[in-house]
Amino acid sequence: MHPAPSVILFSVCSGLGFGLLAMLGLGLPNVTGWSAFGYFFLGYGFAVGGLLASVTHLANPKNAIKSFSQWRSSWLSREGICAVAALLIIAPYAIGRIFFGVSMPLLGVLGSVLALATVFTTSMIYTQLKTVPRWNSNLTPVLFLGYAVTGGLLLAAPGFVPGILLLGMGLLQWFAWQQGDAAFEEAGSDIGTATGLGNIGSVKQFEPPHHGENYLLKEMAYQIGRKHAQKLRMIGLILGLALPALLMILAGTSAVVTLLAVASYLVGLFAIRWLFFAEARHVMGLYYDK
Amino acid sequence: MTTLPTSTDKKLGLVIDLDTCVGCQACVVNCKEWNTSNYGAPLSDTDAYGANPSGTFLNRVHSYEVTPDEGAAQLVHFPKSCLHCEDAPCVTVCPTGASYKREEDGIVLVNETDCMGCGLCAWACPYGARELDALAGVMKKCTLCVDRIYNENLPEEDRVPACVRTCPSGARHFGDLNDPQSAVSQLVAERGGIDLMAEQGTKPTNKYLPPRIKDGGCGLPDLKPVATEPTGFMAWLDNALEKL
Repeated sequence: MHPAPSVILFSVCSGLGFGLLAMLGLGLPNVTGWSAFGYFFLGYGFAVGGLLASVTHLANPKNAIKSFSQWRSSWLSREGICAVAALLIIAPYAIGRIFFGVSMPLLGVLGSVLALATVFTTSMIYTQLKTVPRWNSNLTPVLFLGYAVTGGLLLAAPGFVPGILLLGMGLLQWFAWQQGDAAFEEAGSDIGTATGLGNIGSVKQFEPPHHGENYLLKEMAYQIGRKHAQKLRMIGLILGLALPALLMILAGTSAVVTLLAVASYLVGLFAIRWLFFAEARHVMGLYYDK
Repeated sequence: MTTLPTSTDKKLGLVIDLDTCVGCQACVVNCKEWNTSNYGAPLSDTDAYGANPSGTFLNRVHSYEVTPDEGAAQLVHFPKSCLHCEDAPCVTVCPTGASYKREEDGIVLVNETDCMGCGLCAWACPYGARELDALAGVMKKCTLCVDRIYNENLPEEDRVPACVRTCPSGARHFGDLNDPQSAVSQLVAERGGIDLMAEQGTKPTNKYLPPRIKDGGCGLPDLKPVATEPTGFMAWLDNALEKL
């Protein structure tokens, strides 16, 4: 699948932003006044920044407002609703903490649940697609939620707990890659079932329907990523998870260490999210023998 | 609403005969011609006369080589367009309500005034039947020529999809696959029509008729070259030219 920068930026930043907002809603850290302003600014900045990046992915954004209408069937619609609801519910909670020094725990918990629901709905957009076997796995929502909570904790409560969580995410991600590598074959589609000609013999492409690029090939038969996949996986695991984990466990929680850990986490997560798209094969590619 | 109808009165669709398709691309051209000038935004081309031409098509013809365990390989031309699935995943994923499946005839359509061009429906389709138009920014797909099949301004013989109307080898058939008595249903029953990628669970309406079993040729040995070295006049000419 084509690793569109807008979607990668969206899912990484919004994931982190909503993760942090979820922690803040639970009173982590228990701050008020200017300090609270800083935390909420960061949370809203990442969440809204990511959402704005996702809008640039649309080819016809003037109809984006209509995407709130189909929540009965569409995960993308549900995501939009959850995102707006989370941002609206957390706003009065944030105002209370920043300007009045009061906490409204009920509102905070509700906002927290909605923030995590937003991340879950994002993950379901990918998980629901049977056409991309690597994504069509229970691990996809677990990973998305795991990264959001871990990133949120890293910002909200740096220390031993996010350190251990980061290590856990490393193991989970490694396991997901192993499972994902076998997913396409296990799904059972090949050029024979795609064309229905597999009953006669072995099938290969003789001639494509067009010799140039087209939307289908650009969007769903992206192949560049597979070449450097192993190296990028290592970069993702080391920068995104191992290094921040070690910093959190061994180097204390000073502002410099936390900043370093978060920066490293973000760089690594961009690599991991890029691979999430670039390594994913769509069954449509079978028609082009790809 | 992007929820699917529980059932449709008719199941209009195509039956494509892989035995008789000759891969002439006439259906591709006529589809493009009709659909670029009628329903919705035109099917744009970019760099049409340049080095990297690209464009939106609703119907494309692939060609495959199939090699059986025994016997000669065969070439199969393979037209592919939207299969108007009963359980269409492209419809339910649509966030804006632009994609829908009609209750009366099962045709899957895009209401372009609602489409925001997110492309998720194209991701959800296993068949590559939806293409986002590069200029209009909206999703394009086969409409089963909904603006032809019910169009009383056209002569009756033209009230079929453009691809069916133009096919010179009779490889494309149009009709109601919900009616077991219809010509298309009879054809599917007779020839063992199949679903593409049935394991995806989309329950496509369009069916494909597999190529007929070949009878093993005419029983004569393959042709061999009649002469490797020229003889007679040709040998003299060959020598004479060699010496020049």
